[in-house]
Amino acid sequence: MRVSVTFGTVVVILLVLLTACAGRAASSLHGGMTPTGVPQGTVEGQSRTIILATTTSVQDSGLLDALLPRFQEETGYVVKVIAVGTGQALELGRRGEADVLLVHAPEAEEQFMAEGYGQLRFLVATNDFVIVGPADDPAHVREASSAVDALRRIAATGATWVSRDDRSGTDLLEKRLWQEAGIDPRDQSWYITSGQGMGMTLVLADQKRAYTLSDRATFLAFRSSISLVILTAGDPALINPYHVITVNPTRFARVNARGAEAFARFLVSQVAQQVIASFGVDRYGESLFRPALVPTVTPQP
Amino acid sequence: MELFWQGFTGAIRLILSADPAFVEIVERTLFVSGLATGLAVLTGVPLGVGLAIGRFPGRRVLGVLVNTGLGLPPVVVGLVVTLLLWRSGPLGALALLYTPIAMVIVQWIVAFPVAAGITRSAIELLDPELLDALRVFGAGPVRCGWELVRATLPQVGFATAAAFGRAIAEVGASLMVGGNILGQTRILTTAIVLETSRGDFALALALGIVLLILALLVNVGIRAISPVPR
Repeated sequence: MRVSVTFGTVVVILLVLLTACAGRAASSLHGGMTPTGVPQGTVEGQSRTIILATTTSVQDSGLLDALLPRFQEETGYVVKVIAVGTGQALELGRRGEADVLLVHAPEAEEQFMAEGYGQLRFLVATNDFVIVGPADDPAHVREASSAVDALRRIAATGATWVSRDDRSGTDLLEKRLWQEAGIDPRDQSWYITSGQGMGMTLVLADQKRAYTLSDRATFLAFRSSISLVILTAGDPALINPYHVITVNPTRFARVNARGAEAFARFLVSQVAQQVIASFGVDRYGESLFRPALVPTVTPQP
Repeated sequence: MELFWQGFTGAIRLILSADPAFVEIVERTLFVSGLATGLAVLTGVPLGVGLAIGRFPGRRVLGVLVNTGLGLPPVVVGLVVTLLLWRSGPLGALALLYTPIAMVIVQWIVAFPVAAGITRSAIELLDPELLDALRVFGAGPVRCGWELVRATLPQVGFATAAAFGRAIAEVGASLMVGGNILGQTRILTTAIVLETSRGDFALALALGIVLLILALLVNVGIRAISPVPR
């Protein structure tokens, strides 16, 4: 009997604790505080919440953490960031599961717009891709005249190359560069695929003393923990444009069109562009993204 | 090796600093996994009792399903629940995707087979005469089940601890249905994934150590309140 009394007491205590926790979690779910201490305002239905599907680099680099508090303060919208990579972000947009996208794969984006899934599309920022590899550079990529030439040298020497192969924006560019080089690297013993995000792929390439394509922001963030160096940079083919796209509300009734448009317009506003221009200077000595300054609008097809 | 040291000191610093953002993540972790464990015990233990002593059609099939559930890959649970909770999905109108409640649901799904499986095997190991005696005294199925659970309380305590362990260690499904949103659905495991992908290995390790400490405290707590096996 004593045992069951103790057990009962414990169950009651647990339930009380859970309820207390539940109350607290619910309060942080609805109109709690953001990490910067900005009140978010109560969430009435879905209209104050925007789902942003985005490439991982803007989250991993910390750019969104610098931008979102200002946007939430200015407009009262709460942004739910789903950092999934460009391929999946576009796919979520195609299904109306996200309200607004921040992606970097121009060809795939143009197709997305042409199919009528998008409404507004603005250039937000650019940065560039770099080909990185071991400092002793066995494939002599340093002397390459272009990114395509670098890939040809790597293929010719059979030096290890790590591909993300995850349909991210970086991966799509890498596939296109191989195509331009006239090389089909699949099934080659020197071509390995990580299936992971940029950071983990850099670590893998570093461990295997391999070459890989990386966006500059992620490389800078990882520079201190890996020994890879930049070997090819500056080729116009390696420019990395980030666009914001609002999902077409006429196709999906549940899309928060107003919030999405407010967010897209915020990203190309003076305030946001200035944040982008100075982002990363304090930590890396150079800014990670170049602001777009003059937004370009792709008209609706 | 230096990283391990940094991780260890980082964990201590995190705990001592009581940084609001960190405390919030810990609280959410305990809330989500605690609630999921509570639900897993409330559903799994009766299911385990039913599988052990119940006589109903489909009992063997259900038993096999529960055993399969012990090895249920969280990412598959996450994927299926995500598709169900999509705006265009059958449960989309509930707007649960990317909320802590969605994370409770997936953790409950992966944890309740553990509670059911352990309860079932504990009761099956009891002396069958106990059940016969209960039936002779005219106890109904609910009363029988309750008495059997009481007779196996230490094992039910272990089932609770194991279910909690499965829930709090799970990351794939929570990442998918929660979205790892700062201030809303970020818990310790998803924060570890993020910091690793950001290259902040020391912070990732520190969070991992905090997670271990939490699991240890909860297990010690459950052990302290469970009666000692005779």
